[in-house]
Amino acid sequence: MPGTNKIPLLSTSGQIRQDAPAKARGVEKYAADYYGDRLLWAGVKRAGVPHARLLAVSIDNALRVPGVVKALTAKDVPGPNRQGVVRDDQPVLVDDKVRHCGDAVALVVAESKQALASGLAAITFDLEELPGVFDPEKALLPDAPLLHEDHEGGNLLLEGRLVKGLGADGLESCPVVVEAVWNLPRQEHAYLETENGLALQEADGVIHLIVSTQTPHRDCLEVARALDLDPARIHLRAPYCGGAFGGKDGITVQSLLALAAINCPGHTVKMWWDREESMIAGAKRHPARLYYRLGAEKDGRLRALSARLIFDTGPYDHLGGVVATLGLEHAGGPYRIPHAELISQAVYTNNPIGGPFRGFGVPQAAAGIELTMDLLAQRLSLDPLELRRRNLLETGETSPAGVTLSGIEGLHASLDTASRHELWQGRKSWQLQAEPNKRRDLGLAVLYHAMGYGPVIPDEARARLVLLDDGRFRLYSGVVDMGQGNASTYVQIAAEVLNQPPENFELIQPDTAETESCGSSSASRTTYTFGNAILGAAQTLRERILTQAGELMALDDITDGLAMAPGAVRHTGLSLKISLAELAASLSTDQCDVTHYFRAPVAAEPVAPNKSLALHGFPHAVYAYAVHLAAVEVDELTGKIDLLDYLTVSDLGRVINPRLLEQQMDGAVVQGMGYALCEDFVAHDGHSINTDFSTYIVPTSLDAPRIENVFLASQDASSPLGIRGGGEIGIDGPLPSVGNAVARACGVTMRTYPLTPERVLAALNHGGAANDPH
Amino acid sequence: MTRIEFMLNNHPMRLHAPADKRLVDLLRDDLGLTGTKEACGSGECGACTVLIDGLPRPACLTLAAQLEGRQVTTIEGIATKTGLHPVQQAFVEHGAVQCGFCTPGMVLSAVSLLDHVASPSAQQVRQALAGNLCRCTGYQKIIEAVLAAADHKGERL
Repeated sequence: MPGTNKIPLLSTSGQIRQDAPAKARGVEKYAADYYGDRLLWAGVKRAGVPHARLLAVSIDNALRVPGVVKALTAKDVPGPNRQGVVRDDQPVLVDDKVRHCGDAVALVVAESKQALASGLAAITFDLEELPGVFDPEKALLPDAPLLHEDHEGGNLLLEGRLVKGLGADGLESCPVVVEAVWNLPRQEHAYLETENGLALQEADGVIHLIVSTQTPHRDCLEVARALDLDPARIHLRAPYCGGAFGGKDGITVQSLLALAAINCPGHTVKMWWDREESMIAGAKRHPARLYYRLGAEKDGRLRALSARLIFDTGPYDHLGGVVATLGLEHAGGPYRIPHAELISQAVYTNNPIGGPFRGFGVPQAAAGIELTMDLLAQRLSLDPLELRRRNLLETGETSPAGVTLSGIEGLHASLDTASRHELWQGRKSWQLQAEPNKRRDLGLAVLYHAMGYGPVIPDEARARLVLLDDGRFRLYSGVVDMGQGNASTYVQIAAEVLNQPPENFELIQPDTAETESCGSSSASRTTYTFGNAILGAAQTLRERILTQAGELMALDDITDGLAMAPGAVRHTGLSLKISLAELAASLSTDQCDVTHYFRAPVAAEPVAPNKSLALHGFPHAVYAYAVHLAAVEVDELTGKIDLLDYLTVSDLGRVINPRLLEQQMDGAVVQGMGYALCEDFVAHDGHSINTDFSTYIVPTSLDAPRIENVFLASQDASSPLGIRGGGEIGIDGPLPSVGNAVARACGVTMRTYPLTPERVLAALNHGGAANDPH
Repeated sequence: MTRIEFMLNNHPMRLHAPADKRLVDLLRDDLGLTGTKEACGSGECGACTVLIDGLPRPACLTLAAQLEGRQVTTIEGIATKTGLHPVQQAFVEHGAVQCGFCTPGMVLSAVSLLDHVASPSAQQVRQALAGNLCRCTGYQKIIEAVLAAADHKGERL
């Protein structure tokens, strides 16, 4: 078959998202928009204390509330009552111990929202409060209260350590050493559609769920295990999410809804966390403390690095070990450093749950190395861009983590492109245009970001594509579209291969009864893994269609001269044409139905120094690269920072849909800007303080910078599509690039984020006295 | 229960509802108009924005009794018979839609702006949308879409 591996670049019409019109009209149905027959509302009574032994729960008063149908506790959970992906340590409903304020203690089901609220208010429980631990370093002290008495490592959920050359000892012989402790905040996802779903147990015992989730197939297994149900009894549909960003990577409402459903058969049970509950009970980006020491020659050549990353994972695993491992892989930057010791720790505390959030440990690691690189540039009075250029890995060299970064040439090209950009070239005159009491400067960040699951857990997809009787196609999307537009991209890929207009495709969203398990919508993998699978499916189907057309046309050379056309196959030379409907009728059902399997490649390096790190995803084979520039203006009188302009230059491999990739970059940059400047989900002794949008501040339309995105668009050799993965790298850059810009503008390096006006003013007035860690 | 009469998407409505029922619940739970999204319940995010007498208002802070005699327009009420409203069309064409959960409220705020200011500046657009949070787009393409809808296609942000 002719070379279809390289599908052509698209017309502009192909860049329009399939889902946009329905979403703009308000008719696209999210999980939250489903109601149902005999509807009941379910809700959760939460602990409200960070650490306690649960002695008793009283549901009697709740059951007396008119309209309350059920009040359930751990005693009603039919299984082991534990959920989690790596370590299943989180109860559906607390049985022995409360480990954070957001723990679920009781589940109430009622006929109305009002009755539900009254029922929840009537639940009481007895606790024996325990001393809590709220600082991950204190949690590692020998006498610290333990979160999970059964965990071998105590409060240390996971530690990864990588050593290169002499390790940290290499610092001793360095003529110049800079060091810093960086404190990064807990970031809330703040997706607009809060956690929700609905469930119905039908007469045959099957529980049908519709949930706003990134992980439909895995959810079914988790629910089945936690509640000791046959997985075959659980059917889950995952419509478009109203945002997720990692916060719906794993269980939120699923087990609770299933528990409610099996106790209220024949009723549709709906649960929808309000914003405060979402803030208190949902996962957050791990707060991190980063200890960096970086040593170099006087000419700026890096010699040694010691980095220790401490991730506060809160009370449960919730992929915290995997997050810390990805942080470890990125902790040393894409630089040539002969001696390095990298340590990454995920630590249990009684704080809010740390979990997956776009970037997955890399924003923290990128901040650590990139902020420290600028400290070194300052110390050596070197241009920060030049310092990086001198130390960037060359092809075939290994990173401080010991990994070969395939395609690193793309990072050199990105740095060159950024250095030639008018923002960088014109920075001096731009600075001089600052008005009185304003200071301007540019900041830089050099980034790389791994794609996929790593060496052990198969990063795989089975894409299904069907030629329908009417000559149209049905595409079964196996990976949730949480807003990034991957479903639309799948249609685009198939449409290009089959030369059909996108509207000739019917798109099925993930549904465990109809679509195969294709993994999570996460890890910058959605287009990489499923996209390559749907490419293969479309190519196979195309070949079958063309072969059949050749036979029907009685051609000697079966497919020569045949081409797909909208709704038909044409023979260019003979002016013959057969409609796809006719072809569908002449093919067997099996021939019209193609499933193609794709597994992402794994790293060639001998896997991790220990099996645990490999299991947690270290190392990766495919990386995206970027260089970010942030142009900031600091108001000396108010401490307010305005991010005026932002440039991303990225090599993400081949670009399938530039519009969608721009969307990813724009959104990630502004989300990362919030992380740098204003977002800080505060917990005082485990109690969340800012649980609404008037106290947890996310950027608005008035704050967002002008953003320019440049894609270098090389061809990546690791898969037929030639792509890498662009969903996350955009959020790795804003914090360090903004931080570096502010440090240059203010002449003071601040070490605690976000850079609020109060902190900036204190730094300007006291030369950084406000920056001591905690 | 209070008897309430108002216009909903240009259709007369007469219904009985508790006077303190939130408009967002009335629309979504009772009338099935789920295009109006709820995302904070406290008037801070703009996802539930509807137009009341042409002005953007949060449906989560509006009570049923306040609707008496008013004109209420939801996202379901602005598309024309021939297709999308020009603002919706611009959102689609300019890549202003990602997860889409903020989109209905965002579109209605923009419609109201353009009804009152035919040719807004980029800063006026930013100001008009400042009460509508979006977590996906970084706002840039939304602002471009609104300017395009106002036929200011050449203007830079």
